[in-house]
Amino acid sequence: MTLIEGRTGEWECVIGLEIHAQVISKAKLFSGAPTDFGAEPNTQVSFVDAAMPGMLPVINGFCVEQAVRTGLGLEAEINLTSVFDRKNYFYPDLPQGYQISQFPLPIVGKGSITLDLEGGETRTIGIERLHLEQDAGKSLHDREPGATYIDLNRSGVALMEIVSEPDMRSAEEAGAYIRKLRSILRYLGTCDGNMEEGSLRADVNVSVRRPGEDLGTRCEIKNVNSVRFVQQAIEYEAARQIDIIEDGGVIAQETRLFDPSRGETRPMRTKEESHDYRYFPDPDLLPLELDAEWVADIKASLPELPEAKKARFMADLDLDAYDAGVLVAERETAEYFEAVAEGRDAKACANWVMGDLFAALNKAGLGINEAPVSAASLGALIDLIDDGTISRRIAKEVFETMWRTGSKDAAAIVAEKGLEQISDSGAIEAEIDKVIAANPGQVAAFKGGNEKVIGWFVGQIMKATEGKANPRTVNEILRRKLAD
Amino acid sequence: MAGLADLTLAEARDGLRNKDFSALELAEAEITAVEAARGLNAFITETPERALAQAQRSDARLAKGEGLALDGLPLAIKDLFCTEGTLTTAASHILDGFTPRYESTVTAKLWAAGAVMLGKTNLDEFAMGSSSTQSHYGPVENPWRQAGEDRPLVPGGSSGGSAAAVAARAGLGATGTDTGGSIRQPASFCGVVGMKPTYGRCSRFGIVAFASSLDQAGPFARTVRDCAILLGAMAGYDPRDSTSADVEVPDFEAALSGDVRGLKVGIPDEYRVDGMGGEIEKLWRQGIDWLEGAGAETVEISLPHTRYALPCYYILAPAEASANLARYDGVRYGLRVPGDSIDEMYENTRAEGFGQEVKRRVLIGTYVLSAGYYDAYYLKAQRVRTLISRDFTEAFEKADVILTPTTPSAAFAVGEKMDDPIAMYLNDVFTVPASLAGLPGISLPAGLSDAGLPLGLQLIGRAFDEETVLRTAGVLEDAAAFDARPGRGVGE
Repeated sequence: MTLIEGRTGEWECVIGLEIHAQVISKAKLFSGAPTDFGAEPNTQVSFVDAAMPGMLPVINGFCVEQAVRTGLGLEAEINLTSVFDRKNYFYPDLPQGYQISQFPLPIVGKGSITLDLEGGETRTIGIERLHLEQDAGKSLHDREPGATYIDLNRSGVALMEIVSEPDMRSAEEAGAYIRKLRSILRYLGTCDGNMEEGSLRADVNVSVRRPGEDLGTRCEIKNVNSVRFVQQAIEYEAARQIDIIEDGGVIAQETRLFDPSRGETRPMRTKEESHDYRYFPDPDLLPLELDAEWVADIKASLPELPEAKKARFMADLDLDAYDAGVLVAERETAEYFEAVAEGRDAKACANWVMGDLFAALNKAGLGINEAPVSAASLGALIDLIDDGTISRRIAKEVFETMWRTGSKDAAAIVAEKGLEQISDSGAIEAEIDKVIAANPGQVAAFKGGNEKVIGWFVGQIMKATEGKANPRTVNEILRRKLAD
Repeated sequence: MAGLADLTLAEARDGLRNKDFSALELAEAEITAVEAARGLNAFITETPERALAQAQRSDARLAKGEGLALDGLPLAIKDLFCTEGTLTTAASHILDGFTPRYESTVTAKLWAAGAVMLGKTNLDEFAMGSSSTQSHYGPVENPWRQAGEDRPLVPGGSSGGSAAAVAARAGLGATGTDTGGSIRQPASFCGVVGMKPTYGRCSRFGIVAFASSLDQAGPFARTVRDCAILLGAMAGYDPRDSTSADVEVPDFEAALSGDVRGLKVGIPDEYRVDGMGGEIEKLWRQGIDWLEGAGAETVEISLPHTRYALPCYYILAPAEASANLARYDGVRYGLRVPGDSIDEMYENTRAEGFGQEVKRRVLIGTYVLSAGYYDAYYLKAQRVRTLISRDFTEAFEKADVILTPTTPSAAFAVGEKMDDPIAMYLNDVFTVPASLAGLPGISLPAGLSDAGLPLGLQLIGRAFDEETVLRTAGVLEDAAAFDARPGRGVGE
């Protein structure tokens, strides 16, 4: 258990997260307007989104399917009947004067997420619910002094609010939760998880307590938009609350904002949070009734999710928990790896993907889908090692060439540069003979029991053959010759 | 072409098909009638140019023998229906200058059937009221007068402009909307026929919302047949309204067989309310006799939760309205009254933009949805609504159609009941229960009060059984042979 050392003893931090995930869908939740990011202001707004008089919401079936798919991916209960409610408040970027959301009867009920922690440990975090709701527009206060501009492009975009149980106990766990949730959403294709574009935002609930005691009073930190900020906000907030309690104070339940430039949280103006939302069922929409068979069909169509994939990589491919965990974290990585490993030694392929490929991606700041070396090309390169055409050392060189030039054909590079491994024992023997003859002192050292000298001999021979000699053959012949 | 405006819609339709007169001549006659009736303040916006242009297109089709169902028939449209390119006000200051870029489904269907728009009719602001006096554009007057008096009377509401226009022969028919009686009560007060179909029968798309779970469009006309014809054109499933029903639209006109033999007509004991005039009771009795005379059988039924309907309605409708009217905030369209902050702008805009009755209902609605009151008011009212629906379901096991008075009294004077909202709300005591249950209802003029004012009878049917309602109404209409005419605002 992660505990925080205070001045008066140990504290436990209790964290729950509400994640707002934008549904991947061409059209909005209740209108046909498009949802593309970055469009000119107010160009993706239907009469419904602008709440013109007499306009009515019509549910987008695909968004419902996406929410159900997500619920199934979170191993959650799907509620075959759910209800849309109006959440009433006035704000200029909320054209209807209410947000259509779900309150007492969400589309998805209880589920769970398994976190991979340091050292291969896992931890299960409960999901309380997932509901569908509309996003609001955007208020732009900085265009003109004293005036606010409204951009309604986001107005009506479908969001899934995914609420966790207060099951996390540290900033690290919260970070792992968001990363895992994002990974699952991406596997499912229901949210792109892009926090910079606001496709994934977190409201963070934090409280502290003495270990084993009842839950403390929580504060909610609204709208945090990166994993790092979530973690910073939790650490700051836990420390702040502990300070207050240790000084004899009490925590006021309030809504706070995280200021990334100062790394601290501060209370929102009380006016912004003193809402009575007056939820009631939206009479423009009938209760949402799902067909159990339809849900079963979606379930049958789910892709293999990271948990299952990880288990399979461990059981079938004999990877260890760490490697399997790293390879399944992103759907694209797992797909790339599987394409490379198809019909090849999985461990060797894992080393290539997690080693040379990750390093090159990191250096270039690229995502795996942008890698200049495709999975097929990397696989072909690995084949050249396996069939003895090139050594692993040479293969690294070839990989770099492929990366740099965008060449897809490892064999062609090897042929063009004459990099084929020398496995012909006659040729190698000749080189070895030359090196032995030229270095009687080293030969004597070996015969005197200095085993390390063998490495020096190998190095000399590799140098002489420009690294092309098959190291195993070199070793065998060398030992035989030196033993003579 | 004197007298064209006097025709019923069905007569005008047949006359156009027979080429007895042209659509243009008919439109001109109706435009003249609208002008002659201006004293009633029934229209907020008149659209004569549009009417003439539409009539010309109708004539072109009719000449080729390609006439549509309503080709060339001039109608008045309640100014709650959004009409593309024509000012739409909901009789509210807050919608100042609002001209929609879209058309309501119901009006779009009417134009697609060849109908001609005379203008947009006055109403109680946002359809909230029973008198059509609560309008930013001034009160509507009822063309009827008490015998020997010239005191202006209300036309009822909220669709009072539509009812008054049809009564004054300024339009062959009109659209209305009915939330708790807003078609049936003004039809009764103005001596015309008005029908609220089953909830879901007509699309609400493009109708300025008052209470979404109750609002329903319907027709006004001077005969039951005319209402049947109009409803046929207005009704139908609309994918843009999630609450519209995906059911077939029958040929309503064909339902008017004139035969009610063996039909079971339910008479609810609970509708004999305190304060109901003796003449209303007499008219109801008369209605029963007419139907029995035509071979129907009357049965006593019980609707035990009737007395809770009004309080239930005046919780649920304002609750929905309080959210539906939140969009009128001065940000995107209509009136904006500036302020030093966004909150002040909201307050100034809504304070100036909404009238007193709208404010009252927004406040009531906000209150009943507030934390701590929701269960006691809103939730309880929802449960009562379920019980009221169940009353009707059980009653319809014994009866095929229910006969009641439409209102507990005839039209009252402009200015009366204005300081007593409860007395005003009591106007809807007979119409609200069917609204809560979503059932079709019609009001037709069945006689005159002692003071010479029209009185209506109401028929309520099973959900989506407008046909039985219309058939029964047709028989009552024939028996009543109501041919009295209002004295004021009628051309010539």
